[in-house]
Amino acid sequence: MGALLNQRFLTLAVLAVVIAVLPLVFPSSYYFRVASLVWVSALAAIGLNILMGQAGQVSLGHAAFFGIGAYSVAIGPAHLGIPPWAALSIGAALSAVLAYLVGRPILRLKGHYLAIATLGLGVLVALVISTESRWTGGPDGMPVERLTLFGWRVSGSYTWYWVTGALLLVGTWIALNLDETPTGRAFRALHDSEVAAQVVGVDVARFKLQAFVIAAVYASIAGSALAFMNGFINPDQAGFLHSVELVTIVVLGGLGSVVGSIVGAAVLVTLPQALTVFHEYEHLLLGLIIIVSMIFMRSGIVPSLSGLFLRRARA
Amino acid sequence: MAEFLQFLVSGLTVGAVYALVALGFTLIYNASGVVNFAQGEFVMLGGMVTVFASAAGVPLPLAAVIAVVAAVVIGLLLHRLAIEPARGASAVTLIIITIGASILLRGLAAIVFDKQFHKLPGFTGEAPIDILGAAVQPQSFWVLGGTAVVVVALYVFLEHTLLGKAVLATAANRLAARLVGINTTTIMALAFGGSAAIGAIAGILVTPITLTNYDVGTLLALKGFAAAMLGGMGNPLGAVVGGLLLGLLEAFGAGYLSSTYKDAFAFLVILIVLFAAPQGLFGRRAVERV
Repeated sequence: MGALLNQRFLTLAVLAVVIAVLPLVFPSSYYFRVASLVWVSALAAIGLNILMGQAGQVSLGHAAFFGIGAYSVAIGPAHLGIPPWAALSIGAALSAVLAYLVGRPILRLKGHYLAIATLGLGVLVALVISTESRWTGGPDGMPVERLTLFGWRVSGSYTWYWVTGALLLVGTWIALNLDETPTGRAFRALHDSEVAAQVVGVDVARFKLQAFVIAAVYASIAGSALAFMNGFINPDQAGFLHSVELVTIVVLGGLGSVVGSIVGAAVLVTLPQALTVFHEYEHLLLGLIIIVSMIFMRSGIVPSLSGLFLRRARA
Repeated sequence: MAEFLQFLVSGLTVGAVYALVALGFTLIYNASGVVNFAQGEFVMLGGMVTVFASAAGVPLPLAAVIAVVAAVVIGLLLHRLAIEPARGASAVTLIIITIGASILLRGLAAIVFDKQFHKLPGFTGEAPIDILGAAVQPQSFWVLGGTAVVVVALYVFLEHTLLGKAVLATAANRLAARLVGINTTTIMALAFGGSAAIGAIAGILVTPITLTNYDVGTLLALKGFAAAMLGGMGNPLGAVVGGLLLGLLEAFGAGYLSSTYKDAFAFLVILIVLFAAPQGLFGRRAVERV
């Protein structure tokens, strides 16, 4: 237990140091922006990883919750006069309620059926967002009022780098802790074998639902953060491709690995930025990279690499 | 009545395309257990290659053949280069590989062709035919007829040829199939090639009605997947019925309820069906695929 505690502490400490040191090597504010995007995507992916890696359930519509979080902070202040920070909480609560209501029937499904159900949910939410243009600005998107906390106007890529970095640290801390709680252990039991988990008395349905709700809240908060940071939001954030991106980050980084989700986000967010040099070939290369990394590191970057190191260490 | 008939025909036409995409899904799923999200790209390739070949002066029938061949080659390459090397990976990993393939193919199409919308002329003219007051495009009959031919041909192939029976055997039990001497790798390649051909045919048939561009594949893949699920994954008949049903739902939903939410009906119904009958309409009862 002591060793585990240390390992958890070590992970957090390393992450904190990385967040603190990176600005020293960043030549321009553009880098702060890209890094903030990585932190936000990583936050959403860590949540999704609790559902996928720990509870073993797939969601192909997770961007829906990301979108709900983003549009809550856009619509709340603009149309309903709700303060931005309250809109963020309301978005998270809405996501949690939706995940709870839909999750109950959906999570009974298995494998591909669960995939299509979550996919359907994602498509529906994205459709509503791009259709109800009176509220959401439609396919063109809508501006988001800046976040103000106790009179402090949070803006600028430098500031948002620290805010999103702090959010990521908190998210990581919670996820790492969850791993060691009875709930986290129940999640992993589910992942290994639902039948076995049921036999030893784990309330399978309840824990799946819990994982789904937690994942939804993570995505929603990440979505709100991105909307505040960009000052603008469009329906793509809730779309199918974004859902795929989140799933890819989780699997690429490594199912069940919190650090993996951060590494996966770093790879998948920075790559397209680097590939803009090749402009025309961006999609081609992205597809190629996804295929190649899935074939050669099918258990994900972090588990594959740490497996390699362990084998080396033993040899 | 005329209105009803109009919706019926357009629903069946779109539904036939969904049915073909769903059939392609089913063929690959049965042979290999892979849910191929790149299925929609075969439809895109069918349309785009035909458009560009015929623009280059190739007669339409020959252009269509070239398009099918091109799609089959891509399908075989997809199997050989992306699916085969990842054998034994988890279902989610394989899904992501096929999504990666679909992004790649879309990027490739945007470079090789362009990002514009393209149209093909109707095979037998464009003048709408009046049926009991409903204006029906002649191309609709091509789509429906073509779909029927593909379905019958696939049925005959699966039920009445040795190779087809080998495909069914592989679908039923891969290990047992291998034990009786069936080369399951060849069967999988066949499934990918076959489904690519089916997808391309769907693309060629429907392009005169719906237009095509490099980006049409994504939504088609989602709808086709939904149709396959609606019918019960792995059941070819279910895929066809699911596809037609989905097309009708969309057409009547758009016609009578709300055209802006046309795409929503499909997924709303899928969710309801899954809540009520988690195995789809014609699915096998839950025997977990391990």
